[in-house]
Amino acid sequence: MHMADALLSPAVGITMWGVTAGTIAYCSTKVKKDLDDRKIPLMGVLGAFIFTAQMINFTIPATGSSGHIGGGLLLAILLGPYAAFLTIASVLVIQALFFADGGILALGCNIFNLGIFPAFIAYPLIYKKIIGSQPSPTRLSIASIIGVVVALQLGAFSVVLETVASGISALPFTTFVVLMQPIHLAIGIVEGLVTTTVISFVYTARPEILQSAMGARPLGNISVRNIVLSFLALTFLTGGVLSWYASKNPDGLEWSIAKVTGTGELTGTEQSLHHVLAAIQEKTAFLAHYSFPSKQGGEATTEVATAGKEVQDDSGRLGTSVSGSVGSLLTLTMAILIGFFLRRETAGKG
Amino acid sequence: MRSIDGAVLDLKRLDLLATGDSIIHRLDARAKVVTTLFFIIVVVSYKRYALAELTPFLFFPVITLALSNLPISYILKKIAAILPLAIFVGLFNPLFDRETQVLLGPISISGGWISLVSIMGRSALTVGSAIILIATTGFISICHALNRLGIPRVFTVQLLFLYRYIFVLTEEAACTTRARELRSCGKKGLGFSSFGPLIGHLLIRTWARAERIHMAMVVRGFSGEFHSRQINRFGGKEYLYVIGWSLVFIILRTEDITAILGAAFTGFFS
Amino acid sequence: MSHHIVEVKNLKHVYADGTIALKDLSFTIHHGESVAIIGANGAGKSTLLLHLNGYLAPTVGEVRIGGFPLTPETLPEIRRTVGMVFQDPDDQLFMPTVYEDVAFGPCNLGLPEEEVRQRVGEALEKVGAGHLAQKPPYHLSGGEKKRVAIATVLSMSPDILVMDEPTNGLDPFSRRQLIGLLKDFHHTRIFTSHDLDMVIELCERTIVLHQGEVKADGPTVAIFNNAQLLAECRLEKPLSMQGCPICGASRNRL
Ligand SMILES: Nc1ncnc2c1ncn2[C@@H]1O[C@H](COP(=O)(O)OP(=O)(O)OP(=O)(O)O)[C@@H](O)[C@H]1O
Ligand SMILES: [Mg+2]
Repeated sequence: MHMADALLSPAVGITMWGVTAGTIAYCSTKVKKDLDDRKIPLMGVLGAFIFTAQMINFTIPATGSSGHIGGGLLLAILLGPYAAFLTIASVLVIQALFFADGGILALGCNIFNLGIFPAFIAYPLIYKKIIGSQPSPTRLSIASIIGVVVALQLGAFSVVLETVASGISALPFTTFVVLMQPIHLAIGIVEGLVTTTVISFVYTARPEILQSAMGARPLGNISVRNIVLSFLALTFLTGGVLSWYASKNPDGLEWSIAKVTGTGELTGTEQSLHHVLAAIQEKTAFLAHYSFPSKQGGEATTEVATAGKEVQDDSGRLGTSVSGSVGSLLTLTMAILIGFFLRRETAGKG
Repeated sequence: MRSIDGAVLDLKRLDLLATGDSIIHRLDARAKVVTTLFFIIVVVSYKRYALAELTPFLFFPVITLALSNLPISYILKKIAAILPLAIFVGLFNPLFDRETQVLLGPISISGGWISLVSIMGRSALTVGSAIILIATTGFISICHALNRLGIPRVFTVQLLFLYRYIFVLTEEAACTTRARELRSCGKKGLGFSSFGPLIGHLLIRTWARAERIHMAMVVRGFSGEFHSRQINRFGGKEYLYVIGWSLVFIILRTEDITAILGAAFTGFFS
Repeated sequence: MSHHIVEVKNLKHVYADGTIALKDLSFTIHHGESVAIIGANGAGKSTLLLHLNGYLAPTVGEVRIGGFPLTPETLPEIRRTVGMVFQDPDDQLFMPTVYEDVAFGPCNLGLPEEEVRQRVGEALEKVGAGHLAQKPPYHLSGGEKKRVAIATVLSMSPDILVMDEPTNGLDPFSRRQLIGLLKDFHHTRIFTSHDLDMVIELCERTIVLHQGEVKADGPTVAIFNNAQLLAECRLEKPLSMQGCPICGASRNRL
């Protein structure tokens, strides 16, 4: 599932952009160092292939519904993790720009969710380990099914985390998880099967493609330690930024943190960082107050607890909402009028 | 999932729109990319229940749209096409968030409904601005802009390759699927067993094509380095565009214009 | 020693999957010659051409261009000397716009910006595609693509022009335009083609390939008048050399 701009908070969106941009930069230098100048056209054309293949649907047996290939693991198998990550990112860029799948700010999240897991978890840690040095048809299917399933499970879980941390959707964390993971388990199995059929077809028809993809590639052999370390670093980075932000905004994440730790307090270093940033934020007033009262936590279960606090002056609230609606109507009319006026002007000149 | 032919038509349409000529088209791509990104960040920085505050942000897409001579109905259709998705993702809000947030006379509106509408508004604004960006700039210029904004060359170059070959591969795939459909005697849908070979075939042909492209590059002296012309057009107009809009967004974000306007208006009549 | 001699000696090529595409080819092409390589589908024409600029390496045998063998050291110079136009122009036009595509080769040669611009302009004018410079390749028609593909090679001022099925997929008018264009190129030219009428018009010499071997090598007219040879190699006499099926008049201009 694609994250959408409309469900994102800037903190989550920008953090994930940062993480993704960093990974893109890292992978780019890796691909460049590889000195295989076949790779760039190959990446581009295979990206176009995945884009196209995703539009060809197949019917899922016994259900009547249809699915399409995801392609993350397939790309990793064909290109190695670094190039595959860049290619997945490119496909998502095109989809975001031309078809509004997700959106521009959500691009960071989507590239992370759909790119990192197949390229840097499923491929090196699962697929390659199961395949070993002697690929056989059975191993190939097991490896690709498990690989795709794990990548999708992780991807779906990070969609949940990103959504909850953003606090725009009211869907509670547990409900969301219970909804997302099983759906993506089913999708993963189907997609894994399809990936298997494609790979086995290529394996019998043109084995040298997979061989050239598997052999002679220093990229394929990244050490497990490096992956684990990078992920730890990533987690700390993301966690740090998000938890600071969450402490500023009691919606969403902090609620779950408070629930887990039993307190709303965050630790010392984060606290001081928090102060500095809070000061900056006050100065820029980027996140000013909003007219509708905020609710503490995005959870249905907290409704009872917070209901007491929500008793407010109804007339005041009514006042804000009426002037708000009138103001919106005015602005809307103005925007449209100005649009028409400008249009006439430019059309007249052009 | 969209059809192949439809997607290609859409791509070509947006690509052709970008070849148009207007004040907005003529701006350096970097200015448009940066402004659009900032716009989206400001729009999504509003809280769950923001609604009235979002309306003034309509000025940005409306004004750029008006100045760029794009076909309004087409852009509106593109925005409308994603709204069902926005409704779908926001649908849970009315279910889980039932507390009354607004009272309009006897009608009480729960927070969930407000946030659902807010999500739709955000979607329309963010998607609209992104579509206007691509339709006034074109993908190629956006790639060059990304490159000059610091995205690595390796990434943007293969992004350009991807874009170029989408047009070739989708055509190939459309032929293949059409041929399959013609032989499937009216049976709808592609079975599991024939899907693998079909995609596999496409993959093998794609691979061979990549080899031929590489061949064509090598034959013309390619040795791993891409040279491209750098045109710098970032001048006064661009600075004005970026700074002007950014100021507008910041003011809109910090001052609740709609409330002020509304209060003045209702105050005037009461 | 002329720069533009193409020598192929005992060339054999086996693909990775074991297909023997070329068995034992030998021939020499001299400066300024215009040579057609014809043969049925799968005869090995494209495979042969790919050896001429070192994209494929011979399994056995040798290819020499201008007296030099193809080695990693001579390769860059040989690739500049031998301009190659592929069968499918979509493979050749990979850059975002026509201009950038035609400029790709000269840029790789490290030419200064000004000269690149001049060469691109000249090459596009030569193929009558000057007005297409700013277009992206996917908005071009088939004939336009083909002409631009030729311009991408001309901009590198090659001494030897190698083309794989140049008239494939062109309408009669575009084909005629292209033939006119190729007549004006006075360096060594090597084509493969199934368009035998074009071969008669452009090439004084023809090499016939059959299942990876040279079946015949000689003057084009002599080869097309050898009915037995043509039948053996699954070829036909070009229409322009056959008697008119309607009025019976022979139109053999040669
Ligand atoms: N990459 C490849 N791997 C394996 N076999 C190949 C490859 N390319 C070509 N072949 C085989 O080599 C033989 C010669 O092919 P080639 O493309 O040179 O023929 P051609 O004369 O150009 O045919 P056409 O007229 O159809 O273009 C054919 O049997 C073909 O199947
Ligand atoms: Mg051929």
